[in-house]
Order: sequence, then C-alpha cells, then structure tokens
Amino acid sequence: MTKTGQVISVKLKPVLIPACVGLAVMCLVAWAARIPTSTEVPVGSVKDIQPTVQRLNTLLKMEWRTAKVIPAKPADELLVLRRLSLALHGSVPSLEEIRAFENDTGGDRLDRWVNQMLKDRRFADYFAERLARSFVGVDAGQFVVFRRDLFVNWLSEQLHENQPYDVIVREMIASDGLWTGRPETNFVTAAVMEGEVDANQLASRTVRAFLGQRIDCAQCHDHPFDDWTQAQFQGLAACYGEAELSLVGIQDQRNKSFIVEDRMTLEEKTIEPAVPFHAELLPETGDARNRLARWVTHGRNRRFERAIANRVWGLMFGRAYTDLRYGLAVDDLPDPNDDKTPIAMLDLLGSDFRKNGYSLKRMIRVIAASDLFRLSSAHEAVETSQFEKVEQYWAVFPMTRLRPEQVVGSMLQSSSLQTIDQNSNVLIRAVRILRENDFVKEFGDPGETELDEQAGTIPQALMRMNGRLPHELLEANLFNSSGRIAGYAKEDDVCLENCFLVTLTRRPTVEERDALLPDLQGTQDKVRDQVVEDLYWALFNAWEFSWNH
Amino acid sequence: MESLRPDSKPTGDKVLPHTKVLKKETVSHPSRRDGLRFAAGLGLSFALPGLDLFAANKRGNERPKSLITLWMQGGSSQLETWDPHPGTKVGGPTQAIATKQKGLEIAATYPQLAEQIHHLSVIRSLISKEGDHERGARYVKTGYRPDTTLEYPALGAILAHEMPDEDLEIPAHVALGGGPFPPRGGFLGAELDAFKIFNPGQNIRNMRSRVPDKRQDRRLKNLEVISRTMKPGRRIPTNRTLHQQVVEKALLMMRSEQLKAFDIEVEPEELKARYGDTRFGRGCLVARRLVEEGVRAVEVMLDGWDTHAENFSGHTEQAGILDPAFATLIDDLRSRDLLDSTIVLCIGEFGRTPRINPLEGRDHWPTGFSCVVGGGGLNSGVLLGETDPTGDKKAPARPVKVNDLIATILTACSLNPANETYTRIGRPIALSDGEIIPQLLPTS
Repeated sequence: MTKTGQVISVKLKPVLIPACVGLAVMCLVAWAARIPTSTEVPVGSVKDIQPTVQRLNTLLKMEWRTAKVIPAKPADELLVLRRLSLALHGSVPSLEEIRAFENDTGGDRLDRWVNQMLKDRRFADYFAERLARSFVGVDAGQFVVFRRDLFVNWLSEQLHENQPYDVIVREMIASDGLWTGRPETNFVTAAVMEGEVDANQLASRTVRAFLGQRIDCAQCHDHPFDDWTQAQFQGLAACYGEAELSLVGIQDQRNKSFIVEDRMTLEEKTIEPAVPFHAELLPETGDARNRLARWVTHGRNRRFERAIANRVWGLMFGRAYTDLRYGLAVDDLPDPNDDKTPIAMLDLLGSDFRKNGYSLKRMIRVIAASDLFRLSSAHEAVETSQFEKVEQYWAVFPMTRLRPEQVVGSMLQSSSLQTIDQNSNVLIRAVRILRENDFVKEFGDPGETELDEQAGTIPQALMRMNGRLPHELLEANLFNSSGRIAGYAKEDDVCLENCFLVTLTRRPTVEERDALLPDLQGTQDKVRDQVVEDLYWALFNAWEFSWNH
Repeated sequence: MESLRPDSKPTGDKVLPHTKVLKKETVSHPSRRDGLRFAAGLGLSFALPGLDLFAANKRGNERPKSLITLWMQGGSSQLETWDPHPGTKVGGPTQAIATKQKGLEIAATYPQLAEQIHHLSVIRSLISKEGDHERGARYVKTGYRPDTTLEYPALGAILAHEMPDEDLEIPAHVALGGGPFPPRGGFLGAELDAFKIFNPGQNIRNMRSRVPDKRQDRRLKNLEVISRTMKPGRRIPTNRTLHQQVVEKALLMMRSEQLKAFDIEVEPEELKARYGDTRFGRGCLVARRLVEEGVRAVEVMLDGWDTHAENFSGHTEQAGILDPAFATLIDDLRSRDLLDSTIVLCIGEFGRTPRINPLEGRDHWPTGFSCVVGGGGLNSGVLLGETDPTGDKKAPARPVKVNDLIATILTACSLNPANETYTRIGRPIALSDGEIIPQLLPTS
C-alpha cells in the first residue's frame, strides 16, 4: 500500500470498515441465496408417469361419456404455463420465462417444464405455505412455543427433497423435541393453550388435515348427521393425551391419563387412546402419538391417500375434486368403503401415490400432465345448467379466484422483467416478502377455507384500484417493468405486447391492439410512461389477472 | 326522468336538491359524468341517480325501513343487562334500576338507557338450540339453524335483497367493527355479504383514485377494452365471479357523494362524546349516518361478552361502552325523526347461565335469553317473557323462538315471511319459517 493510500485508509477507516463489512455480508447473503441449499433430487423422466396419466385420462373420458358432456377444447400452451406457474410458484411466469418457454421447441415441453418448476425452490416455498394452512392454520400464534415460520421452512425443505409424504406426516404427529430445533413439533405446539397441549384441537386437526374427515362436532356431542360419536372423538384426543410441554420441548409422559370432564355433570372420567375406525390398523406397541401416526399413514387406511389427493388437486385447480363433482368440501370425504360414493379419481391418484413412495412431486406431475389440466376454461355450453354439468364432470378447466398471495405475487412478478426467485437480488426478495404479507392482510385472507368458492369483494376491488402497493408497482421507474418497457420498447406494437405478456401471459388480440395502440402513438418520455402506467393499471384490474382460468 | 340524468343536458328549471349537487359536480369534475356514462354503458343504469328524492331527505313514515343490529359478540348475560334478578342465588352482585317504562327494571349499569328504553321493547324469553358461538351466531343472524349443505342469508342480506334502493351508491348491507362471524349473503349471493369496516369513522382506505380524472378515464377505457376479450365461452363463470359488478360498484362508490355517510368528522364534538369515544360508539354514530343515507341494514359489533370467568366485572366494563352508545343512538334517531323507520335490535348469539361457575363466570345459555328491539313501527313498551328467578326452571315463561323474532322484523318491514327465495339449485326457502310475535306489531 502506498503512503497516500495509508493516509486515506486511516482517515476513512471509521467509514470504510462498516461499509466493507456491510458489503461483505451483502455479497455473502447474495451468494448464499444463489446456491441451492441442497442437491436436487431427480424426479424421474417424463415417461415414468405416462401409464398413470393414461388411466386418469381414460377415467375422465368415461365419466364425460356417461354424463353425456363434451369436454372443452385444449387451452393454449402459454396459458397452461401460466396455470402451472400460479399453482406451483404462486405467481405468473416472468417475461424471461415466457421467452425461454417459447424458444423451447422440443416435444413434451410442458411436462419437462413441470419437472423443472418442481425443482425450483419457489415450488417448495410456495407449496409448503399452502399445505401448512391445513396443518397448522394461518395464525402466527403465540411466538413463545409456536414458530410457524420454522415449521413452514421445515416443510419446504421436505418438499424440496421430495421426502415421502407419509414420513412427513408421521414426523409432524409423533416427533419429540423443541419447536425451534425440531420444527416439525410445531404441529403439536400450534395447539398449546396456556402451557397445555390441547388434545381436542389436535384430534380434530389430525383427521381433518390428514384423513379428510370432520369430526369436530363430536367434541361436544354426538355428530347430528354423521356416525361420529363423542366417545370416538375423545378416544382420538386421548392419543395426544400423553403429550406435554417440557423444558426440552414436546415429550410424552407415559401412562399419563387423559381425563375429560362432562360439561353438564362436571364428572371426570379417564379415556383410553382409540381410533374412530379401522381399529385393526392401530399398532399395539409404542407411545400413543407414535401409534396414532402409524395408524394415520397405514397403507390400508385409504382415507390418508384420498385426502391428500383431493387437497393437491385442490391446490392445482383451485377447487377440490370432490367439491365440484359431489359438492363435498376438501376435508369432508365419505367413507372409502361406502359404495354410494366411490371416488374413483381419488382412488386412482391415491393408489399411484402409495405405490410410488408417497411422492407429492409425482402426484403433481400426474395431475399437471392430464388432459384436464390442459383444457380451456371456455366452453360452448350456453345454458347455465348445461355449463354447471360440464363443470361438475370436470370437462372444463374451472375458473377460480386467485389467493391473495397469488395476486400480489403476480403483481410483483409483473413489475419485474426478470424472474423473481432465489437468484434475484436479496433486496427484491425482502421487499417481496414484506409487501406480500401486508397486502394479504388487507386483501382478506380466506384462511383455512381457502378452497371454498368465493366471489371478489368491493374492498378488494378498491385495494387493487387505489391501493398503495399496486400504485407503487406500476409507477414507471428505471428498474421496474413498466418503466423499462416504456423506455426501451420504442415500437408501440412491441411495447403493448410486452405489457400484456408480463401481466396476462398472452398477446393482445387484434381488437385490443386497435383500441389501445393509438394512445401510445408518438408518445415519449413522461407521457409514454403515463400511457404505459395506465395500461398496467387496467391489466392489473382486469378480471383475467386475478382469476385462474 | 331521462332528461335529468347527469349525463344529459338539463332541460328544465326543475331543480331538486340532489340534481343541484350533480350539476355543480359536472362542471368541476367532468369525469364524474364520464364515469357515470361508463357505468351506464356497462348496463348499470339502475345505479344512476334517478329523480326520486334521496333517502337522506325523507323522514318519518315515508322512509322505507332500515335495520340497525347491535351485535353482542360472545353472548351477553341477560342477568347483567335486561333481565336482572337481584337478591336471588342466580343474581350475583348485579343491581336493578327502574326505567321510564313502568314495571321494567334493567341492570343498574345502564342508567342512560333507562331513560330511553321505553321507546323500545324487551324480550326476556328468547330460546335457541345452539350453544356454540358460531352456530349460535349464524342461527340468530339468519333465523335458520346452521346446515352444512346450505348457507342461509343473514337478515340484513334478506332486507337488502328484498328492498333494493335504486338511489343508493354505497353498499346496502354494512358491518361495522369486525367480528368473527360477519353477516353474509349466503345463497342469495356474495354481493349481499355485509361491506365490512373494521374501524368505523376513520377514513375508508383506498377510496380515492390516485391519478387525475383524465387519466382515470383512460384507465377505465383500457379496462373496458381488456374485459371484453375473455368473455366468449366463459359468460357463465365470468358472471359468477362478480368481478365486473364489484369493479363497477367500487367505481360508483368512489365517485359518490354518499361516501360522506361513512365519515363522522362533520358531526358535532358534543354528539360524538355522547356516543362515546370507543370503536362501538363511533360505529353507532356511523350506523345512524348510513341509515339516514338509505343503507338498508347495518350491524355494529361489540366484542367481549364471553365471560366464562369474572362475569360481573367484565359486564360492568361492557356496560360502560354499550350504555352511552345505545342510549344516544335512540335519542339521536328520535331527534332526527328516524326511529319510526329504523328497527333497532340489540342481541347476541345466546345468553349466559343463571348458575355462577367457580370462576365467577357464566357459561353459554341458549334458553331464556334477552334482547331489546323496537323502532321501525314496532310497538314500544312491550315486555315479553319471564325467566325463573331461582334458575331451577330452564325454560322461560312465554318462550319466543329466535326465528319468530326474525319473522316479526320482516313483517314490520312490510315483507311476508312466507315469501320464498330460491337457492342456487332452485330450492325454495321462505324468508323466515318463524311466526310473528303479535304483541310487537301494531294492530291495523
């Protein structure tokens, strides 16, 4: 180092050191963010799922034929890419991805893209959040013993590694330890009330989330319509009766009795752990939670595979399979041995799931490769009853409202030309996380009932039109997409096309070009910025933007 | 009628109060005209201001009926409100005071209401079969016991549906103050879900456009162009999304003069103080302003009644909020000649047990709980039913079913409870399957 250098360094030392440290940390974080945290697990070639996909397609065709409905026409592949991106990554595809997809001229490109998308960290992160809703709800809860964030990170890691689903579930139900060190135990600590594990809450959550059954009413009385009795509920709750919160986290205290108090007589009685059906599948050894976990995930407990098939279907299409077909909610499935409602579709997906190592990624690939996932959401049926029948038999892609995270994820992605993922600038990601949460709160979170059909509301429309976040995102600047498209796409036609691709993942129609191009004509600088901003505003507020179609 | 629409030239000297406002508006804000024209183009002509006088200018009997529900979330105790039994083993420390209504005593924690309650009536023998918060709330709000296969509409949604007001540019069904079970449109449609405002009286967020009118018009024009494209083959599901209607309604609302009904800044400080500087107090004042503007049904929620422990101190605290707000609301409605057209109902999902539990609390009690109801042409000064002061007898004397109360309110609004609406699959459902309570309805 030269003398001058030394002088400078001495003078600037107080400034330079923190600056360098800051820079180094930023570089490190950026570097860490660029490197996938683990090696990617190959999820098999495109061919391995073909026989199952064929059987699924045949089943659908049979149903269509029996019901005498004509299926919708196939959708445009770019639109299918949009659906996939929304379902698996929670946002529309970026312009960068659209260009890469369009340049991919090889066969099976959609199937290969699904494989690629499943390897992307965005899938694990997004899907973990969606699944976590049914496992631990949406509330952040009491921070002291419940860390939802750690639970979601853990789940994301399991999904990324393609950990078998039955293993994931057993770990959630039966693990011991601290909610920080063993994040899967947060499934149990989510139900801690005033230091006590609430066995009732866990019992109802377990059958709802993992077996697609609602027996909550039986907590207080025998189920008025179904077969569940209060005794069955209490037996199930008793499976969590040994779980305790201790200094080392969740632990089972063997031989601790589960005592319930009768609400009316205030009489106390001890309840033994029991399960409400298929008692023969309950192992005889082990602690109560462990036995429960093995019973829930037992290969012959078909409710287990059916429930997850119905839920994954719901996350892919926005509506559970049974919801449209039978009017049954995602977690309100009939007894698999009930001949009146044999749900062939769920059994098909379920058995393929079981026979292939309970791989969630494989199940998603099968559903995404089905003819149905690639059908148009438009159908020639004009009568309401006719259209509803077509929908009921899954002969058209259902239109569903996007979740608030998907809307905001799409707005954020649309405001950038590059893909926002783990390879993007750390700052952008931080902003993304903060803004998403803020928006989701204000937009109204449907919570655990997210798969119910819901229409949009006036406050939501007001938020999209006048809210702070959309306003900031569409205001043209040097870094966001509206500013860059306005500045760099000198040809009006290209400018308009880019605005459409970035937001709606499609090109403008002839009518749209005719109507919208005149505003851009001869504009530049600030005026052009404003024309593009006003286009973005309309694109953000279009029905197409906030509905899956 | 056509000639006086704001998007056409005024042709005569007929000047009605609201057209005056509109004329002024059209000069200073040309976009309002354009916006209305845009709305008209989308088939929203029903929402354009017509010739009729705004509801705000009507008084007394000429006004169609509205409903204000004061919702006691959690289930208020009848014994600490409208049915005290001091000096008995179930009464606890709660004292009673006389009211202006001869023979009616209420809990001593309601001195202001004691001066007003004679304008309303009290039922002390409501019975329900739902002892769970959600099921109870849904039953009391809809008049039908919850059914897993069908979501029934709340009373407010039924009124908004059956008594539409063409001049109203803000939602006809509003819920103020939040709460876990907001009133819903049920099978009548999500557009009849209550418009929810968590913090009433504070500026409603996102109510104003972020760009000047000229650009806003361009934005709307763009939106109209883009919205046309996806229609073919998707008419039915697109209509079901309500996206278009919701956007149109939001736009009308943004431009509406009636928005001021949500704002209490213009109200005198003295009046605001009388209602009480609480979320509930402000909610009651906003409710009055909304009803005055023509809103059909408003719910104001007061949380905190679920006193399984420390029932008495909890209820005293609640009374400090409810008493001034409720009493001032009645007085305010009367002084503006609005009480004859506004039904006021104060109710929760159930009452609380006569038995006091070891934690000095009271638990859920759906048999023999109380409500206060009146205004809107209902008889005042009526006292219905009686509960056992010893708490031994579960059933009250002269029980009133919750659905009977709903049927009576519908009747007071000139609706026949037996009239049917249709569910999405065409199943006919009566507005209410209850029977009217004759003592509450005037003999005509």
